[in-house]
Amino acid sequence: MGMIGQHLLNGMMQGTIYGLVAMGFTIFFGVMNVIKFSHGDVLTLGAFGGLVAVWATNSMGLPVPVQFIAAFAAAMLLSAVAGAGISHFLIMPLRNAPPLNMLLMTMMVGTVLREAIRLFFPNGTNPQRFPELLPSGGFNIGSSFFRTDALILIVAGIASIGVVYWIINRTKFGLAMRAVAEDVETARTMGINFARVIPLTFALGSITAGFAGTIYGLYYSEINYGMGLLLAVIGFTAAIVGGLGNIWGAIIGGYLFAGLQTFVVAAMPSMSDYKNVFAFVLIIMLITWRPTGLLAERGSERV
Amino acid sequence: MTGLFPPKPAAVWPLIAAVAFAAAALTTLVLIENQKLLGLTLAGIAAICFAAARFGGVAATEAAASENPWLLRGLITIAAIGVLYVLRDDNFGLLMVATVLIYATVCIGLTIQMGYTGLTNFAAAAFVGTGGYTAAMLGQKGGLPDPLVLIGGGLVAVFIGSLLILPVLRTRGHYAALTTLAFGVMFNVFLDANELLGGPQGLKIPGINLFGWDFSSDLQILGITFSFYVNYVILTGVLTALAMILAGLLDKSWIGVWLDVVRLDETAAAVFGLKIGTWKILAFTLGNFLAGLMGAVYAKMTGFIAPSNFTFGDSLVMVSIVILGGIGNRWGVLPAALIVVLLPEKLQFIQEYRLLLYAILVIVILIMRPDGLVARRVRTLRMEARS
Repeated sequence: MGMIGQHLLNGMMQGTIYGLVAMGFTIFFGVMNVIKFSHGDVLTLGAFGGLVAVWATNSMGLPVPVQFIAAFAAAMLLSAVAGAGISHFLIMPLRNAPPLNMLLMTMMVGTVLREAIRLFFPNGTNPQRFPELLPSGGFNIGSSFFRTDALILIVAGIASIGVVYWIINRTKFGLAMRAVAEDVETARTMGINFARVIPLTFALGSITAGFAGTIYGLYYSEINYGMGLLLAVIGFTAAIVGGLGNIWGAIIGGYLFAGLQTFVVAAMPSMSDYKNVFAFVLIIMLITWRPTGLLAERGSERV
Repeated sequence: MTGLFPPKPAAVWPLIAAVAFAAAALTTLVLIENQKLLGLTLAGIAAICFAAARFGGVAATEAAASENPWLLRGLITIAAIGVLYVLRDDNFGLLMVATVLIYATVCIGLTIQMGYTGLTNFAAAAFVGTGGYTAAMLGQKGGLPDPLVLIGGGLVAVFIGSLLILPVLRTRGHYAALTTLAFGVMFNVFLDANELLGGPQGLKIPGINLFGWDFSSDLQILGITFSFYVNYVILTGVLTALAMILAGLLDKSWIGVWLDVVRLDETAAAVFGLKIGTWKILAFTLGNFLAGLMGAVYAKMTGFIAPSNFTFGDSLVMVSIVILGGIGNRWGVLPAALIVVLLPEKLQFIQEYRLLLYAILVIVILIMRPDGLVARRVRTLRMEARS
């Protein structure tokens, strides 16, 4: 019985991270119809930025809450700049290219980021210890132990999903974003500054990645240069399973993937090394059954 | 080509010059050790290629090659024998040439999938790995003759690939990319976790023995001793040539036209009564077979495989070879594979940075030349077909 609470908490944590990553994919796809595959590596970049910020604030002797804020601020700022930069310099010039070229391009951008971290970050090939900034205690309900930091991170993650949802649906910028997503030409004639909305959209999507990266670091106490790749594949999978361009679909997909993984770990502990294999097999079957995701894409395919 | 007069036959000398140049360039690149000299040679080769393209040499070569296919094949055979003779005792050089040929063949398969049919495959390395691990497992059990082991590698890759057929057929665009992407990542996670397949440490594999022809002993021809790696270069060379001929036949036949239609417009293809599924399955199967076959050869040649040989990054490298060479252009695969495989081995300072450099190179090419270095020529229908 005790393990169920643990698994539930772990699954929730992973689901929140996956959901955040998938949300980014969905935002890019919804607005620009591109898959920005470097998303996972922007997340890694953010997490490493957060790590450096913690080191810096720590060496200045600042208190732990400041380090905590600095980690998130640095991660979000860095990923926002990276996201906006990638969209401005690489995605915009190629936006009329075939989808395969675009996908490949963003994969290669991701490779550049990943390799740059590996080669140029001090001792970058090895995993980096992420300092513990949250209280390490916890409490028992029944026989299961709940880590306080995990609960805080889950709440923060879900809150950030809520904030992004609010930005998209309730702010003027969100309105501009949705207008561009609907029809670029009309949005432009209505006076929407296209050249500003697009980088900002990419910045918004990338901020969620930086946020997720820092949560990842705080929860697992370890980050490495290659973590973004698997997270990107999982996030991409989650976004696709939910249905590209649909925010709720992305979040459902994220929790679904985490749920599948957790189920494998809980039901067959001896097979836990294969949890991703099982999850991917089920997801490939799911995508075969519904080729455009659980919540289907808006609009019909043009013939 | 309309008009009453038949076109003048193309001169053959550009073709002879091009093959001789390619052979000389390859040999020099493999042999040079001095880094500065290597840089100069590379610059020289690039300059000659650029000049040839600028002053119509490439077009002349292409015309001559398409009019005299048998001359082309003969010339390549002679050039290959010459290169092998010069490199006869350079083990490392021969190993590199064989590796280039293996990559090139896998990428010809990938060209059939991605370039001709428009099937995205981001799991090429996984299919290569399937072949390699099949060879390793069959080799450990023993008893099976090696030709069957190699073909078995291809067949198992086809079988594993066939599990993906349904999702590949049902999905399109990004959704289709996901299935192979997820498969590639899944394959690696699986290998890492599987103790039977050696886990992260990998497996050892004995060399090839084809019909009593032992690949691990030196070759004696006409009293000249060739390093045993020559065996592998010959085998991979023959396989590359066969794959090239296969891709060429596909491209020239109506199947190639149909594959083009399937890639360019599925709806139109269906309207014209083409069985889209059949052609996609054919292309997917052929590509995976080549990947598995070459994976088995690779495993046998290097004698050792591990999950880290077949990562998603390696799949990306193979896709970048296809893109570098010009998507759908099967000849472009050869120089692209040469650049991608040979340069990091020769230029030591590149070794560590190679993935970074490929990625930057592909980004630059995608921006500057979206169709690849040597773009595929638009199909021109012949007179008989038009009337």
